[in-house]
Amino acid sequence: MALKIVKGSIDRMFDKNLQDLVRGIRNHKEDEAKYISTCIDEIKQELKQDNIAVKANAVCKLTYLQMLGYDVSWAAFNIVEVMSSSKFTYKRIGYLAASQCFHESTDVIMLTTNQIRKDLSSPNQYDTGVALTGLSCFVTPDLARDLANDIMTLMSHTKPYIRKKAVLIMYKVFLKYPESLRPAFPRLKEKLEDPDPGVQSAAVNVICELARRNPKNYLSLAPLFFKLMTSSTNNWVLIKIIKLFGALTPLEPRLVYSCVHVVKYLGLLAMSKILKTHPKSVQSHKDLILQCLDDKDESIRLRALDLLYGMVSKKNLMEIVKKLMLHVDKAEGTTYRDELLTKIIDICSQSNYQYITNFEWYISILVELTRLEGTRHGHLIASQMLDVAIRVKAIRAFAVAQMATLLDNAHLLTGNMQRNGICEVLYAAAWICGEFSEHLENPMQTLEAMLRPKVATLPGHIQAVYVQNAAKLFATVLKSQEGNTDSTAAQETSQLMIDRLPLFVQSANLEVQERASCILQLVKYIQKLQQKDVEIAEEVNALFAGELNPVAPKAQKKVPVPEGLDLDAWINEPPSESESEDEQPKAIFAKEEPKHSRPRHTEVDEKELARRREARKQEQANNPFYIKASPSSQKVYQDTPGVEHIPVVQIDLSVPLKVPGLPMSDQYVKLEEERRQKERAEKKKKEKKKRKEKRSGRGKKHDSGPESEEDITPAHQVDIVTEEMPEVNSLDILYFVPLADSEKLPVRSHRETPKSPAEDGDTENAALQEPKKKSTKEKREKKKDKDRDRKVYDIQGNLQDGSQVVVSVIFENKGDSFLKSMEFNVLDSLNSKLQRPDGSGPHDGLTVPFQLPPGVSNEARFVFTVQSIIMPQKLKGTLTFIVKNEDSSTHEKLDFKLHFTCTSYLITTPCYSDAFAKLLESGDLKGSSVRLEGVNMPFHHLLARICFHHHFSVVERIDSCASMYSRSIQGHHVCLLVKTSGQTVSIDAKCDEPTLLGNVLDEIKQTFSQC
Amino acid sequence: MQFMLLFSRQGKLRLQKWYVPLSDKEKKKITRELVQTVLARKPKMCSFLEWRDLKIVYKRYASLYFCCAIEDQDNELITLEIIHRYVELLDKYFGSVCELDIIFNFEKAYFILDEFLLGGEAQETSKKNVLKAIEQADLLQEVSHVG
Repeated sequence: MALKIVKGSIDRMFDKNLQDLVRGIRNHKEDEAKYISTCIDEIKQELKQDNIAVKANAVCKLTYLQMLGYDVSWAAFNIVEVMSSSKFTYKRIGYLAASQCFHESTDVIMLTTNQIRKDLSSPNQYDTGVALTGLSCFVTPDLARDLANDIMTLMSHTKPYIRKKAVLIMYKVFLKYPESLRPAFPRLKEKLEDPDPGVQSAAVNVICELARRNPKNYLSLAPLFFKLMTSSTNNWVLIKIIKLFGALTPLEPRLVYSCVHVVKYLGLLAMSKILKTHPKSVQSHKDLILQCLDDKDESIRLRALDLLYGMVSKKNLMEIVKKLMLHVDKAEGTTYRDELLTKIIDICSQSNYQYITNFEWYISILVELTRLEGTRHGHLIASQMLDVAIRVKAIRAFAVAQMATLLDNAHLLTGNMQRNGICEVLYAAAWICGEFSEHLENPMQTLEAMLRPKVATLPGHIQAVYVQNAAKLFATVLKSQEGNTDSTAAQETSQLMIDRLPLFVQSANLEVQERASCILQLVKYIQKLQQKDVEIAEEVNALFAGELNPVAPKAQKKVPVPEGLDLDAWINEPPSESESEDEQPKAIFAKEEPKHSRPRHTEVDEKELARRREARKQEQANNPFYIKASPSSQKVYQDTPGVEHIPVVQIDLSVPLKVPGLPMSDQYVKLEEERRQKERAEKKKKEKKKRKEKRSGRGKKHDSGPESEEDITPAHQVDIVTEEMPEVNSLDILYFVPLADSEKLPVRSHRETPKSPAEDGDTENAALQEPKKKSTKEKREKKKDKDRDRKVYDIQGNLQDGSQVVVSVIFENKGDSFLKSMEFNVLDSLNSKLQRPDGSGPHDGLTVPFQLPPGVSNEARFVFTVQSIIMPQKLKGTLTFIVKNEDSSTHEKLDFKLHFTCTSYLITTPCYSDAFAKLLESGDLKGSSVRLEGVNMPFHHLLARICFHHHFSVVERIDSCASMYSRSIQGHHVCLLVKTSGQTVSIDAKCDEPTLLGNVLDEIKQTFSQC
Repeated sequence: MQFMLLFSRQGKLRLQKWYVPLSDKEKKKITRELVQTVLARKPKMCSFLEWRDLKIVYKRYASLYFCCAIEDQDNELITLEIIHRYVELLDKYFGSVCELDIIFNFEKAYFILDEFLLGGEAQETSKKNVLKAIEQADLLQEVSHVG
């Protein structure tokens, strides 16, 4: 028996293992089938042996052959044998083979039941693991039935490694033997809360797959999964849970709310990213996003709001805002409501009110917003009101009416002053009513409203506006009253002012006080004149004469430059850095703008402007970070003279001008629809006319279908000062590279690349040299260990006279692939250059004139030109080549370094002692010396070493002292005097080139430090 | 997941794992068909294709194609992630893995796959845990070899 075992293991030495088999197959390309059939015969022989190792090896090879498509079902029984080996190594192979080769109709499977059961209960977790893994591949209904109980027990194994495998395999068992599901399920459910995340995720996987098949049985687990989803950080698990919910939701719609919020949130977030690049595609999902506004989750609503901002168009603005207004009413919590408010305003006012077609509607919206309680954004609404009222001339009458109502109902707004930011709108209301008082229906009533005692409780800056605008109103009222025959009315108005203003004169706010006392005195004076029956209204009105118009931030350009003023002349010396030319427009209008500064047509400036424009273009052209605006936007605007000429669409009378009480914005939506329909109808008519006129017509078909953006003409137009336009366009030009970067010019530095193995080999062996007559040899070994190809490169430097150096390189292919198309290239330095054939560029590589089969070496020579030899030098190079395998060929490269030491420029030259003495005496040579410590070798060895490595010859030797000589290829003499005492060697050296000498000495020192 | 195949650019099968029991003949047929289909696809094409009633997710790493078949309800992206995770595991285990590693150590490649996937489901998402299990099993193998 013992003999048999020994014999078996000896036999084994001659057996092919898997690697041999693989290699063999690869080497028998032509007769693969034949080769494999002999292999199978061998395997059959091996399987007949008793030695389990041999069998396992055979089975392993069979598994490989099975993959190649050979039938191995005849060996099924042998596989079972190997599976049942007690040794893990073989068992592992056995199970692997089984999992690859067995299928339901493999009859030996039933023999395995007991073996598998034994393995499942093995104390070794890896035995169990391997059995479970194998079982997962070839489980049959019979196996499932017989082993279900064992596996269930394993689900509560102490090791998570086993638990998770057991849980996963239960899925396969359930599929094969569904009866097992009921008893196993409670335990499976338990595993959802397993402390080990791996087991947990396995349980999620299994239940998820089960639920997919039959969702309704798993609904009860939803809360558990929900908990898991919110707590798990494992993405894999999350994906599965979401998938599971996907299966469950058709049965339980409530789940959508509880789980999909995560997905929803992510979806909205993703959409907002998409919106930036593809707005069109997101717009089609408007309804969906509007639905998200109803979501209970605030974060989802906020995301949806963000999205809406980018989605509005002329067509849907009203609808979206209406929806938002509904939400404002419903919204609980001021934060969200404030957010809604700002979003509404943002949405409406974006890009210069681009999407608003009806400003009355917008004003109504703003007024409705003032009814919001406790918002912080009163000033936002106020600034919008001001902005619109000033810039949209056509809207002023309407706006004034609305504002008057607001002022009348001010007590509604200011109920609780302290925490109410909304009173800010009164600022706007008062100003609008005052400034455009000519539009007021009943100025007297408004004046009274503005002078109510309650006003004194408003914040100071609002009171100030009240006072000032009360004065404006007063002027208007006077004007209207003076026309009447009854002069008492006018006097009564003055009296009202005189009665009420003292309240403001007492104000603690300086601004209020100052304005009030000033106006009070004025009114008193007016009253005096009135009592003398002087017509005063005209003069009072002159105080506030002039219409306020919107002025663009760049309107200053329109102001003619006074004669003799050179704006381009420096007042101070110019600062070194030029500042950015483009200023951000700050205020859209400026109240203080005096009337005379109203833009006028200028001729004086045309040339100057053109010149500046040219200069700017030049500068932009030279600035690489300046992206030019598209030429289409470069329209010439300077012909348009002033604001007077801006087309302002006349107010559409289909909109009622008088809206009693506070308006409802909703009605505008309806009106707008009607208006659009009307427009469409008109257009159609026109179209028809056109068609009649031009029968051959190119007239476009105009159907009443959905209108395009362009079709919707705004009811009012915002005054956009035309001069502004080119500047707005230039804002499109982005400086997308931060200046800081452009200032820092990239510094070109020769970075040290991480050392490759080749380099390491290089430095290690740099000093190994062999003597050869009049030639030097550098031997370097370069190893490359990439994948499976190993190559050794021997580089021999052969130096000859003059400035030419021949380097012979031995290429040896140590890998087992065929190498071809080798190209040798070196990065030339100033000093050393690879000589390339005529006509090739300075960076071209040289083709190595041979190919290398595996294991073959060959030598190639390369000529270099070297100018100066006094410094050592390293040249970097690359060898590119094609590795050809039997089934693939890859292009690879190998980096290397050529090390030209100073020593390698020296040529061993004999010298006689008298010539040597003469040289030393000549005084042309500079001296240098070096000491070597701890050199533990006989003196003659030391000398031999110097001769050998550094190409010197001994001139004379006396005891422990020797003189040596060598010559460089450019004729430099190098003389050495070497002395030794104990372990210290001192070398005194002389040479006509001190740098060369220094380097040679360094190299000598290095040689000895390595031994 | 129904099965996973690894094959070379030349169409040579390097590894196969079937999570559904099929006869050898059937397996061979599927393999042949799939290898042809996948190899015919251009590099610019996407990694997914529908095949019979299954979805095929494949990805090429160097000269090797990793190809998985999943059911239509399964997620393609997570499958792609599984493939990548497996490649990462091989890479960690073999140290910058190449096709030859898988050819010569194909049983190891199977062992790693078995630790990562079981019955077509991801059993362990932690790379560290998978490699630890493999290492320990390898250690056990060494010990039982010696002993």
